[in-house]
Amino acid sequence: MSSEAMTMTMDKEKRDDDYILEVKDLKKYFPISAGIVFQRQVGAVRAVDGISFHVVRGETLGLVGESGCGKSTTGRTILQLYRPTEGSVKFEGQELSTMSGNELRQMRRKMQIIFQDPFASLNPRMTVGSIVSEPLQIHKIYNNKKERQQYVEELMEKVGLNPYFINRYPHEFSGGQRQRIGIARALALEPSFIVADEPISALDVSIQAQVVNLMEELQDELGLTYLFIAHDLSMVRHICDRVAVMYLGKIVELGPVDEVYENPQHPYTQALLSAVPVPDPQVEENRQRIIISGDLPNPANPPTGCNFNTRCPVVFDLCHQEPDPPLIEVRPNHYVSCHRVT
Amino acid sequence: MGVILEVKDLVVRFYTQEGTVYAVNGVSFELEEGETLGIVGESGSGKSVSSLALMGLIPSPPGKVESGTVNFEGRDLLQLKPDQMRLIRGKEIAMIFQDPMTSLNPVLTIGTQITESLKLHEGMNTSQSRKRAADLLDMVGIPDAYRRLDDYPHQFSGGMRQRVMIAMGLSCNPKLLIADEPTTALDVTIQAQIIELVKQLKDEFNMAMIWITHDLGVVAGIADRIQVMYGGRIMESGSSHEVFGDSRHPYTAGLLGSLPRLDSSGEEKLIQIEGSPPDMRNEPAGCPFAARCDVREQFELQRCWDERPPLETVPDSNGDDTHVMSCWADIREGVAQNV
Repeated sequence: MSSEAMTMTMDKEKRDDDYILEVKDLKKYFPISAGIVFQRQVGAVRAVDGISFHVVRGETLGLVGESGCGKSTTGRTILQLYRPTEGSVKFEGQELSTMSGNELRQMRRKMQIIFQDPFASLNPRMTVGSIVSEPLQIHKIYNNKKERQQYVEELMEKVGLNPYFINRYPHEFSGGQRQRIGIARALALEPSFIVADEPISALDVSIQAQVVNLMEELQDELGLTYLFIAHDLSMVRHICDRVAVMYLGKIVELGPVDEVYENPQHPYTQALLSAVPVPDPQVEENRQRIIISGDLPNPANPPTGCNFNTRCPVVFDLCHQEPDPPLIEVRPNHYVSCHRVT
Repeated sequence: MGVILEVKDLVVRFYTQEGTVYAVNGVSFELEEGETLGIVGESGSGKSVSSLALMGLIPSPPGKVESGTVNFEGRDLLQLKPDQMRLIRGKEIAMIFQDPMTSLNPVLTIGTQITESLKLHEGMNTSQSRKRAADLLDMVGIPDAYRRLDDYPHQFSGGMRQRVMIAMGLSCNPKLLIADEPTTALDVTIQAQIIELVKQLKDEFNMAMIWITHDLGVVAGIADRIQVMYGGRIMESGSSHEVFGDSRHPYTAGLLGSLPRLDSSGEEKLIQIEGSPPDMRNEPAGCPFAARCDVREQFELQRCWDERPPLETVPDSNGDDTHVMSCWADIREGVAQNV
């Protein structure tokens, strides 16, 4: 292990003002174009529509919401896999959104991503060894082939894969093992920050706990910071320190995970949490559900006023007239964007 | 309340180029009128295949129902000819599937698709069946139902498509509804809508229901009885209070321990079941879960490898003699009593 990682392990004390990532007014619009010969833009899908948050070094921030709310786009825009339409992303104090490709490549040593689908995110024509060592080759970390192979074997062991399988292909592994390969690849450059984009959604229930435990162990050992994108709210409560709830491209609530789960302030968060089933018949019998009607509005054509006003159970006049208010601190570190709360 | 469905020793195999897949290896269960049975299992556990088998929907070749009986109201469904089965399917037993986009025909209007079974089973003419179809859509909460009969599946959202599927399933007042992961493709708020709808309709129609899922949370709220499957076999079965509150099989207990809870802050580590699901191309001589079982490992039980444990009533079952499991060990004692 490098000395850098060692010092980070020793200095695990989280300092609340030590931001590894700062996102300000981030927007990502995808253009909708029409016309065959002369393409012109006729609108835009507002996937991410002005969000601001920070991530403290060493913590796990959860990003939750339903499909189409922009949580994955947020993760990718932070890593500049999509270039933001507007806004700023600062990683360890450096502005990413204006960086050139070469500069970004250097930054990517410190920030990596784990994808959802372990079947689609690994090249089927490459062996495990070449998948995990590709980042090392690109960044010319080991010039000696033997040392590189030795390091890859160490990494495989660290994520719970038998190094004996270094020359096998992805199809020879089960879903959980493939996700471990994806994690090993993300760890190869010893990053400090990892975006985990639904890393367990595609896995069987009994395998999910294995991968989550592995991610937690690696975090303790290497001092990693995670942005954990998920729709499984129970798992988010387990793994995250803080959570941000997204709806239609905006953050509606943000705060420490226990605080948000026990005392949700935004009507969407309340409905979302009450919709999650609990594996206990006794609890289920006595639960009061808030069922919100309707579907997610089209992000190309969001409602006027507050984004949630088409489904909100406690909607009133102001919600149709004024756009959703900025995030307001209702309790220490607990932020909500709702006209009812102001 | 009478027994409406009785499945006995169902065995289903698939003969593929890569070898024989032992998908379902001797599954027996009963279902009473108006009862909801939740079948829980991971991918490859045989939960979907066993329900497809009792509907006569196993593609053959490569699949084959090797043995067993499915007694539905006095008839063995496995012995029926295809056209006799067609009279039952959709009318007396209906099924809703996981992905409403692939199970609806994209080039037919939903009106055409709902009225098809009404015309076939109920002998309705076009205007009667359209009226009934509109009533059904209205009942499952699709606004402006009569006009929407002429829309195509892509014009509906995922939740709305699943409502269409439910309307279609209920069109002929079935006695039994089989729901195969009906909410897995949906978001939680939409899932809550659909679960609420199905619960309410089940009472209205007085149906029995089989709800197949991998999500223990969903069945906890909806099922009267739970059946946990692994490796093509039933591991544990009983009333949902018993199976969740007093789990006796190491697999059930492990599965519940591996789930984080929404209603408690998760400081402690999740219990993990080691290894991965079995390769169904090998028929295990003993318990299919033996390779991953921490109880077997802890007490080095040889019998688990050699002999299949029978499905028997659990000891001290709080008066519920339907609580059964298939395990040589008794996890309450921490040791295997009858080994």
